Amino acid sequence: MKRILVEDTRVVVQGITGNQGRFHTQAMLNYGTKVVAGTSPGKAGERVCGVPVYDKMSEATNHEGANTSIVFVPARFAPKAVLEAIEAGIETIVVITELIPQKDAIEFVAKAEKKGIVIVGPNTPGVIAPPKRAKVGIMPDHVFRAGDIGIVSRSGTLTYEIASHISSAGLGQSLCVGIGGDPIVGLDFITVLDMFQQDEETKGVVLIGEVGGVAEEMAARYISQTRYPKPVVAYIAGRSVPPDKRMGHAGAIIMGSEGTAKSKIDALTNAGVPVAERPSEIAGLLRPRLRI
Amino acid sequence: MKLFEFEAKQILRECGLATPRGGVASSPGEAVAIARELGTPVALKAQILVSGRGKAGGIKFADDAEAAGRVAVGLIGTSIKGCRIDRLLVEEKLAISEQYYASVTIDRQARRYVALASADGGVDIEQVATQSTTAIARHRIDPDVGFSQSEAEWLVERIPKISQHMLKSVREKKVDPYLKGDVSAFGSVLANLFRLATEHDAELVEINPLAKVASGEFVAADARIILDDNALFRHPEFKDRGLMRADDSPREAEARKQDLTYVDLSGDIGIVGNGAGLVMATMDLIRYHGGEAANFLDIGGGAEADVIKRGLLLVMSKHEVKAVLVNVLGGITRCDEVAKGVIQALNKTSFKKPVAVRMMGTNEKEGKEMLLQAGVRVYPDMETAANEIMKWKERLEP
Repeated sequence: MKRILVEDTRVVVQGITGNQGRFHTQAMLNYGTKVVAGTSPGKAGERVCGVPVYDKMSEATNHEGANTSIVFVPARFAPKAVLEAIEAGIETIVVITELIPQKDAIEFVAKAEKKGIVIVGPNTPGVIAPPKRAKVGIMPDHVFRAGDIGIVSRSGTLTYEIASHISSAGLGQSLCVGIGGDPIVGLDFITVLDMFQQDEETKGVVLIGEVGGVAEEMAARYISQTRYPKPVVAYIAGRSVPPDKRMGHAGAIIMGSEGTAKSKIDALTNAGVPVAERPSEIAGLLRPRLRI
Repeated sequence: MKLFEFEAKQILRECGLATPRGGVASSPGEAVAIARELGTPVALKAQILVSGRGKAGGIKFADDAEAAGRVAVGLIGTSIKGCRIDRLLVEEKLAISEQYYASVTIDRQARRYVALASADGGVDIEQVATQSTTAIARHRIDPDVGFSQSEAEWLVERIPKISQHMLKSVREKKVDPYLKGDVSAFGSVLANLFRLATEHDAELVEINPLAKVASGEFVAADARIILDDNALFRHPEFKDRGLMRADDSPREAEARKQDLTYVDLSGDIGIVGNGAGLVMATMDLIRYHGGEAANFLDIGGGAEADVIKRGLLLVMSKHEVKAVLVNVLGGITRCDEVAKGVIQALNKTSFKKPVAVRMMGTNEKEGKEMLLQAGVRVYPDMETAANEIMKWKERLEP
C-alpha cells in the first residue's frame, strides 16, 4: 500500500535557492508543512526562509531526517535530481518541474518503482492534505478547506477550480493528489483510488481527467471490477478538443481513436461514475451520494 | 515533432537500417533526374504530414523517368487535406514479397518503451489491432535492461504467423533455411529501432510496411518518427527545424516563435487561460453555451503582464474571432499582472470586439479594480463569464 503525506512528513526542497523554490518554501511553511532542508549544489551553509541548505540529498536525509522531497530543478537537470533523491532513500518525490524528456521520466520512474518509492508528477501541482495542514506542492491553499473529499487530477488549475467549488459548497478536501499532466507520470488514478479507499478520512472521491491516454478508462474498469466502496464523481476536460492536436502539455492529445473525451465519459458512466458536464456541477453530484 | 518521411529515413539509414534508394525532388525536373539516375520504376511520395496520405492520392508510381515527370507535375503544388505538397520523395519501386510491421513507441500506462511487431504490415495497424488482439506481438522494455538482439528475435518468434510457421517446420522436420534468417533480420530491425528511439528521444519510430524484398532483405518502405519536443535541447540538429513545424498554421508558427502554447481551432470565441486543463474546460464551457472556441492558448504558470499582452494580441489578431474570454486562476499567476497585460493589449489594438475576463486568486481585488477602471468586464466565475460572452456575441451578430 502506497501512502503519501503521512503524519511524519519531513520535506526537503530540491532547488531551494531558485525563485520558485524560495517562494514555495515560504508558502509551504506558512501552510504548516514541515520543511526541514533544501538542496542546491554549491550553496551549502546558506539558509532559505530559515531552512538549512545542503549540497547533496544524502546530507539532507542524514542531518535532517527528510523523507519527502519536492523538485523545482529545471528540466535539464531534474532527472539527475530525482535519481539523487532515490539514491538518498527519499520515500516520496514530488516532481513539480515540467518539460522533462519522456526518456528520462521512464528511467527514474522505473528505478523508483523497483524500490517502492512514490513519484508524484512530473508536471504536477503536488499534494495537499488540508486536515493535516500539510502541502507538498505549489497550489494556492486558500481554495482548499478541510473536509472528507479526496481529489485526484491530471491538471493543476482545473483542480483549484473544482476544489474551490467543493469548498464554497460547504464541503472540503481530505487529500488532493495531482498525478501530473505528462504522458509519463509516477502515479496513476488507480493507485490513488487505492489510497483513498484505505484512508478513513476520505468519504468521497473526485476524479479529474482530460483527453489523451487511457488512464481514465483503466480507472473506470478498476472502479467497476473492484466495486469501489466509496462514491466517485468525475470531470473530463477536452470534450471540444479535435484529434491530433496537442493541447498544451504533452499529455493532452487524441491520437486516432485513443484518448477521446467520449471514450472516457462512456467508460466512467458505465462504471456507475457520474461525469459532470461543467466544473460547477461537481459538488451537486457529490452531496447526495455522500449520505448513502 | 513529427518528421517528414525523408527525414525519418535518413535517420534510419544512419542507424544501419535499409531504405529504398532515392532522393527528394522539389520540382518535376528534379523528379525526372532522380528517376533517370535510379533507372527503375519509381514511387513518388508526397512529403506531407497528414495521415492517410496514400489513400488520398499522395503516393503514385511511374515506370520510367518521363512518366515520373508527368506524375510530379500532377502532385507538386497541389494540396492534400489542406496540406500543400512542396516536395516528393522519389524512390525505386520495391519488389515486395512480404509486408511486416515494426515499431517502438512509449506505453504511457506501463511507463515503458514498447516494441511492436506484426506479420500484417502495409495496412492501418490500428485496424489490425482492433480486428485481432493476437496479430501483434509486443514487448515492454525495462530501461535498466534494454532490448538486445536475442530479446528482439524472441519477440519476432512470438508473432503468431511466424510461430505457427516455425512449429510447422519442426513438426514436418523440414528446416526452412530462410526462416531463421528472417527472424534474425526482423529482430535486428527491432533492436535497432529501440536504440534509435532512445538515442534520438523519439516518442514513436514506426516502419510500416517493413518490406521483405526478393533478395530476402528487410527494407523500410515507409517510416514515421515523432520526436519528443521536451528533448529537442539534446538534438541541436533539429533546433531550426523545431521552430518551423510543417503541421503548424501561420498563427501557430508565430506563437511558437513567441514561446506561447497556442493551437488554432475552428470556432469564433478566442480563449486565453492558464493551465491546459482549465483552458480545455473553458473551451468545453463555451461549447456548452452553444459556441465554439477559436483557439487554445495556455499562458502557463506565473505569467507576467507581457505574456498576457502578447497572447491576447495574438488571439485578437485572428480575423474569425468575434469575442475573447480570458480565464485565469491566480496561484503563482497574479491577477494584477493579468489585468495589466489585458489593458496593455487593449490599448495597443483597434480590436473593438468584446473581451470578458474571469479572474480569481492572488491579488484578485487589485486586478479587478484596474480592469473596471479601464472599462473591461470582470466576472468572478467562469460559468457567468462564458454565458455573458456568448450573449454578447449573439447581440453583435446581425
